[in-house]
Amino acid sequence: MLAATPVVCGAQISVAGPVQAGAPATLQAPGSGSATLYLFGPGVASKRSVQRGTVTIPSDELTIAGRYTVILEGSAASFFVTAAPLNRISFIAHPSRVPAAASGAVLGSAFLFDRFQNLVTAPTPVNFRLGVESAQAEERATSSKNGVAWVQLNAGRRGGPAQFTATSGSVSVRRVVQQVAADPCSIRMTASRAPDGNILVETAPIQDCSGNAVPDGTIVTFASVDKAGRSTVDARIKRGFARAELPPSSSATISVAAGVVLGNEIHWGGGQ
Amino acid sequence: MNKILPVLLIVLAAALVAAATMHSSALTPATTPEGAVQSLLNHVKTHDSEGAYRYVAKASNTDPQDFARDAFGQDGNLRTYSALQAFDTKVLRENDQEADVRASLQFASAVGAVYDTRDLKVVREENSWKVLWPVQPRPKVPAQVIPVNYLRWDIVSRGADDDWGAQNVDAPRVRIISMNPVEKDGNFILLGEIENEDTVPGFVSVAATLIGKDGKSIGQEESFDKISHVLLPKEISPFRIDFPNMSRDRIASVHMQPNAMLVPASADPVMGVMHQALQKDARGHTVLTGELVNQSGQTVNIPHVLATFYDNSGKVIWVADGYVDQSLQPLTPVAFTVGLHDDLVPQVHSYRVTVNQYSRDRTQ
Repeated sequence: MLAATPVVCGAQISVAGPVQAGAPATLQAPGSGSATLYLFGPGVASKRSVQRGTVTIPSDELTIAGRYTVILEGSAASFFVTAAPLNRISFIAHPSRVPAAASGAVLGSAFLFDRFQNLVTAPTPVNFRLGVESAQAEERATSSKNGVAWVQLNAGRRGGPAQFTATSGSVSVRRVVQQVAADPCSIRMTASRAPDGNILVETAPIQDCSGNAVPDGTIVTFASVDKAGRSTVDARIKRGFARAELPPSSSATISVAAGVVLGNEIHWGGGQ
Repeated sequence: MNKILPVLLIVLAAALVAAATMHSSALTPATTPEGAVQSLLNHVKTHDSEGAYRYVAKASNTDPQDFARDAFGQDGNLRTYSALQAFDTKVLRENDQEADVRASLQFASAVGAVYDTRDLKVVREENSWKVLWPVQPRPKVPAQVIPVNYLRWDIVSRGADDDWGAQNVDAPRVRIISMNPVEKDGNFILLGEIENEDTVPGFVSVAATLIGKDGKSIGQEESFDKISHVLLPKEISPFRIDFPNMSRDRIASVHMQPNAMLVPASADPVMGVMHQALQKDARGHTVLTGELVNQSGQTVNIPHVLATFYDNSGKVIWVADGYVDQSLQPLTPVAFTVGLHDDLVPQVHSYRVTVNQYSRDRTQ
């Protein structure tokens, strides 16, 4: 309401209609002859000589939204400059990586700006969309409040770079949220004798509970316990599998784990 | 007289310079087994390989180069960055022809003081005592191609000129999965484990602040080198934070601060830790021994072993570490030993060994 209604201090001068950032303002100054006009507001302060009547304040002095005051020969008036139409969205997406199927894990905040970097405080519809290619995306329509719209979404079940977009009118901004595999769902390994006599252990493809492959480079620890002691190898998943060679043994218990997730256990040798 | 004095001074100066620059080639024979070990070690202390080698018995079958490599390091291993600072010797057994002498050595190194104990055999040779210094032959890795095609993670961060709100990559998500405060020898110690739960590598550290009964901070320490700093995805590292001379009675609460940074990293080298076992060392103390096997094709210059000990409920009851002063050649086992307090031995139910590695030719 304040933005739309000019405030007049005294009856002498008035500013017509709501003023939008980047547009000229028209000032009605009754009487005739020249007078000195003072204008001050956010980011501007000017003084000029004008002719009474209809006075135009140029657009380049009114690019910043906020409260402006004009003073003309002892009478003053205030008016508000509102933001221009939406021109740009600053979109903060968090996190940049999220485990697949994580509930309420993706946050997006859209800050709406006009072309002069003024926050567009008028309620504005904003659509958020999160999804990986060829999978159903999650969408949410919201309205901005005080220039900010935000959303909290569930991560999709499918891993990959998810496109996270915030759209309002013709303005759209995209961020990428990497949906990564969550903890391994189960780890299965097999053991065989390597040509050099060592015990070759290898996992089946390691996936999370949504069926996404756990990324390469993830540590998988193989451990073998026998009468000579305990042997461990921190192997890395490569092309979906992890494999390692453990020292030869006639009887050993072999286990596998990734992080805090344990896999199966194998009893090697010992009469088997 | 006026001419004689300058000439005498010149001759004296020349004699002194010659005496200072010339090494005596004569061996001061060791008259006792302990004296032989001490003479040898004194030369090692002054980094005089040639002098030290004169006290090495021929029966050692060790050539001077091998001796120098063993005593002063090779391949950029920890011994090359250390110097013998002090030693203590003790005769264990002695007769007319041979003796056993225990040498307790203290090295000053790039990673702090390193202690070593060697039981040396000393024999009578050419009317003097000399030390048997056998050197394990350098393992020869057969010529081969070891394919290394593990992942590397590189990072493109947001630029300084990017718009406000432009996306950046988050730091890895890490979590302290266990923590156990203990009091030992007048020190307050925080033990635990931290896991990189993310899918990218991270440089992690753990700091802790002790809050006193009055609500004020009474101490702040970091895990320093009692942690594996670079954690690959799903990797778990132990940590230990020591607060010297701190009584538990003074502490009202502890504030833990795990920190993680996204860093470029490589998934190799893979290190195997074989034949881990708790044993007694020569002094009768309990140690965790085993062998490290570098399964990649590049030399690891300084291996650092971290051992986590658990009780029967799976609680971390101690974290010990030790630097290995030999470098790890590809596919070549190297023995390691990590000490364990004897009073903890009855509580130890299981243990886990992880290996930090420092490689001279690697940037990441």
